[in-house]
Amino acid sequence: MKVFSRIGFLLVLSLLFSGCGYNSLQMKEEQVFKAWADVEATLQRRADLIPNLVATVKGYASHERETLEAVVNARAKATSVQLKPEDLSNQAAMQQLAAAQGGLTSALSRLMVVVERYPDLKANQNFLDLQNQLEGTENRINVARQRYNAAVEDFNGSIRRFPQSLTNSLLLKLDRKEYYKADESAQMAPQVNFN
Amino acid sequence: MSVRGGGTASILVLCLLLLCNAVQSLALDVPDLKGRVNDYATLLSPATEASLESVLESLESSDSTQIVVLTIKSLQGDSLEQFSLRVVEDWKIGQQGLDNGVLLLVARDDRKIRIEVGYGLEGTLTDLTTGRIIRNVISPKFRQGDFNQGIIDGIGAIVATVRGEFTADASGRPASSSRADPGGLLTSLIFIFFIFGSLLRRSKLAAAAAGGTLSLLLGFLLFGITGLALLFLIPIGAIGGLAAATLAGSAGGAVSRTGYGGGFGRSSGGFGGGFSGGGGGFGGGGASGGW
Repeated sequence: MKVFSRIGFLLVLSLLFSGCGYNSLQMKEEQVFKAWADVEATLQRRADLIPNLVATVKGYASHERETLEAVVNARAKATSVQLKPEDLSNQAAMQQLAAAQGGLTSALSRLMVVVERYPDLKANQNFLDLQNQLEGTENRINVARQRYNAAVEDFNGSIRRFPQSLTNSLLLKLDRKEYYKADESAQMAPQVNFN
Repeated sequence: MSVRGGGTASILVLCLLLLCNAVQSLALDVPDLKGRVNDYATLLSPATEASLESVLESLESSDSTQIVVLTIKSLQGDSLEQFSLRVVEDWKIGQQGLDNGVLLLVARDDRKIRIEVGYGLEGTLTDLTTGRIIRNVISPKFRQGDFNQGIIDGIGAIVATVRGEFTADASGRPASSSRADPGGLLTSLIFIFFIFGSLLRRSKLAAAAAGGTLSLLLGFLLFGITGLALLFLIPIGAIGGLAAATLAGSAGGAVSRTGYGGGFGRSSGGFGGGFSGGGGGFGGGGASGGW
């Protein structure tokens, strides 16, 4: 009988834990980590495309050295910044990553504007394929970033809501996560200049 | 004074309402999923529609892959990629777990085309392939004004690419995991029934009290019920506790055998009635183009 009631007590306790969000908070944090892994995968995918793209453009527009170098440098900078799961709560680290990736985005869009001056290149099948892949990757990055931000919103919201807030401050002590905001410099559309 | 205040307030409210409207009109509504071919821009002839339907239906019955065509008149300023993703997230084309759905979207007045590819097909129907299909197959026909042939050829190229990637037998819908974990909760509840059973042997009052307290806690913690409504839960829980105790005491393990029969699976494409998405996931794969 004693064992029976002890088991019962443990079960009631586990039920109360699930009601307080002990389980759901951890699951939500895992969802944030998973969403971030998707973001990193799409960012890596973009970085992998760039050497090919640069090589193709070089063949047609070798004297756009400055623009091409800017892309190569921005890529090197962007791939050097990586976030570990525990860095997702670190505002400075997240800002650094957003700035590096934003720099790459704007360098790439400048390159795409420059390319408009080379009709031969624009008719090149290989270049068109690369352009499609680049656009697809940029789109994937946007989707992954939106989903990551939604997961963060869900998680941050629940660690502030009662009674999960109590569970978190007493037992779990999970930190709020940072949003991945688009870098401001990347949001400015590049200027077209045909001089 | 109060009249003027009221006037200002109502103007403010009006402005806010207008703002809300403006924000809403930016995001285009996702149209209803009518079938495999949703020709909202009336670009296609009935014969084309029928032949596309039959081609896509036979593909789904052999491969389980779902391809859907949507034509709209205008994006009304919305972004093509964002609208396309909203559509597939809403329609859930493709089988759950396989994510083998494809959407061919045509915006007539914007002269834009997009092929949105589900996760499961990104390996075969790559951005490169979809880009080529749009550029070399669909756009040339659209430029000649031949929408029927453009879409037939485009769908033909997509079907040729994805055929054989999946088989219908493999679609055997994987067990869906429900997020709220009602199974775990139910197991806990069934065990609580047994605790009531053991309490009953000592006192019915204890069972009732435990029921009342538990229902109070559950109502507050799980369902967020507050205020007076909580008080109503106490007698309900008390009666429930008594009933559960009687049940568990007299019927023994009967409660545990009352399994949980409900299924959560989303049914996939029904051929008899309408057509519906199978729960496939998308991550922004595919390509966009124009003509």
